[in-house]
Amino acid sequence: MEKELRLMKGNEAVAEAAIRAGADGYFGYPITPQSEILEYLMEANPATTTGMVVLQAESEVAAINMVYGGAACGKKVMTSSSSPGISLKQEGISYIAGAELPCLIVNVVRGGPGLGTIQPAQSDYFQSVKGGGHGDYHMIVLAPASVQEMADFVDLSFELAFKYRNPVMMLSDGAIGQMMEKVYLSPQKERMKVFPEWATTGKPATRARNIITSLDLDSDGMEQHNRDLQAKYQVIREKEVRLEEFQTGDAEYLLVAYGTSARVCQKAVQLLRAEGIKAGLLRPITLFPFPSKRINELASQVKGILSVEMSAGQMVEDVQLAVNGKVPVKHFGRLGGIVTTPEEVVDNLKSEIIKG
Amino acid sequence: MIEATGIKEIIKPENLVYRKTNIMTDNILSYCPGCGHGTAHRILAEIIDELGLQSETIGVSPVGCSVLLYNYLDVDIQEAAHGRAPAVATAIKRLLPDKFVFTYQGDGDLAAIGTAETIHACNRGENILIIFINNGIYGMTGGQMAPTTLAGMKSTTSPLGRDVKTMGNPLKMTDIVATLAGTYYVTRQSVHTPANVKKTKKAIRKAIQYQKLDKGTCFIEIVSNCPSGWRMTPTQSNKWMEENMFPFYPLGDMKVPKE
Amino acid sequence: MAKIRGSIVVDAERCKGCEVCMVSCPTGTIAMAKEVNGKGYYYAYPAHQELCIGCANCAMVCPDGVITVYKTKI
Repeated sequence: MEKELRLMKGNEAVAEAAIRAGADGYFGYPITPQSEILEYLMEANPATTTGMVVLQAESEVAAINMVYGGAACGKKVMTSSSSPGISLKQEGISYIAGAELPCLIVNVVRGGPGLGTIQPAQSDYFQSVKGGGHGDYHMIVLAPASVQEMADFVDLSFELAFKYRNPVMMLSDGAIGQMMEKVYLSPQKERMKVFPEWATTGKPATRARNIITSLDLDSDGMEQHNRDLQAKYQVIREKEVRLEEFQTGDAEYLLVAYGTSARVCQKAVQLLRAEGIKAGLLRPITLFPFPSKRINELASQVKGILSVEMSAGQMVEDVQLAVNGKVPVKHFGRLGGIVTTPEEVVDNLKSEIIKG
Repeated sequence: MIEATGIKEIIKPENLVYRKTNIMTDNILSYCPGCGHGTAHRILAEIIDELGLQSETIGVSPVGCSVLLYNYLDVDIQEAAHGRAPAVATAIKRLLPDKFVFTYQGDGDLAAIGTAETIHACNRGENILIIFINNGIYGMTGGQMAPTTLAGMKSTTSPLGRDVKTMGNPLKMTDIVATLAGTYYVTRQSVHTPANVKKTKKAIRKAIQYQKLDKGTCFIEIVSNCPSGWRMTPTQSNKWMEENMFPFYPLGDMKVPKE
Repeated sequence: MAKIRGSIVVDAERCKGCEVCMVSCPTGTIAMAKEVNGKGYYYAYPAHQELCIGCANCAMVCPDGVITVYKTKI
């Protein structure tokens, strides 16, 4: 079937893609800059078309727990929020990861910390990739850099979530959430009719009862569970890395950036190349699993790496770990919701990496 | 194995009057001797058995003494984060509307950390049954003050007795949810005597039948004891409950549907 | 005239000696044993079994569901 071409906001694209992906439920709460996701879904009213449940919860905390309940029934469920609301969800995310439930959480990042700003930022990298909630767990984290990816990653997220029984986060930002671009939307998928055998759907006589929990008071059992989780994450690291490279073939200097910063860096690479500087860009698409292997390879080829993020420097630490001392790695980024310009990136690469 | 048996001639299958239901698993309950949780679990299981709902039931267990509810009831169960059971149950019921969905929560779970989830689920009239075990104390964590601890009542965090001036007043959640348009049937019961067990069973039976009508939230508070937290023997605690808890949390129906 | 006679079986190993059944018994059938079970609880038992009328009050209030009740007409 044909894809449908529309001009949409990033947030709207997520919502429309969720309906088309055959999502069973969306539970959300308003917060700038992502309220359009909930509003679009309420307006579209998929309860009357696909039967999808759309509910405005009383808080982000309630919403993530609704996601837990729906996911534990084996349903495709999701929520969305922005940084402070994502902080509220951390307990729920830890529970979801511990109980090994599939779901999608969209974070349209805004400046922080605290109430922060409503403008875009990339300062939730640590929260998304290193934990956020308590305990040894990971979400799979996808970083869209366009409205198209905002749409495409919804179905991909559900696919990965169910494949690994794991929460998946789409780490976007306020710029991508709000910008309007062309997007090709996939045709409507049918909602699932068959559910995983571990789900709580009512215990028939043919099986034992299903218990969804993240509690195990027996230490040996809990250690084994944690080891199993870690083994799962290792498989994810080996199989699910996604990245995009731009002019890295003969690059002598590498920019590493995701999301909006990657779009800025793509322009920066063009500007640098026009000046005769052989720069390239590696755009991680998955932030967990991080493309450490490829960055390490490129580190043997280039003279220096600049990690560009709208933050005080979070992803740069993973770049440094991947590079493992081979070449200098520095961070550049604006804060407070200010989007970096390509010219700033060019100047920074020159002053910090090339001359430094 | 010690056998405490009565008159052997009478003990025959055809004479059986009462046996623990199969919906209760064989696991030994981790609750303290005389704790109302055990009774409440058992009668809920009996009703599920009586109405043939085992394959239609999805329960949500709380954080608190009854976190291990899923070890004792042989139905599909989800363990919720502290206080969040009504939100979890909301999603389950909205996504699987034909199932019998219940939450089973203690006083800290429902009336402290979960106040917002409790009120909003009831306010939306979520078509679920909320079972609220109120023993005026935090049992699992060692006997701290709960939102429902009575004025003057001692606990490990109110060692001189609850001082309402600095610690707030005991909260009557059931009264609050009864005022919400979204609740359909609200009642307060107990399980410490046979007569009260019968009344509570009736209430649960009604609530399950009402759930089929999709008319709103059913809310059953069970005022119960905590011998360990109250530092009493089980029978002393039941007496104390009658003399102190019931005057403040009176038993009876608070909201009944107009038939 | 037929008399209703009851008989209870207590799973003494699972009984926690809470005595709630004893309080609920209308005929004084139940007493607590003078010896403990494997967990150290003084378990309940039908000390005066001839008094039992099989009303099942004890089983209804038992938090641990350890009592099974039988009843017949004699």
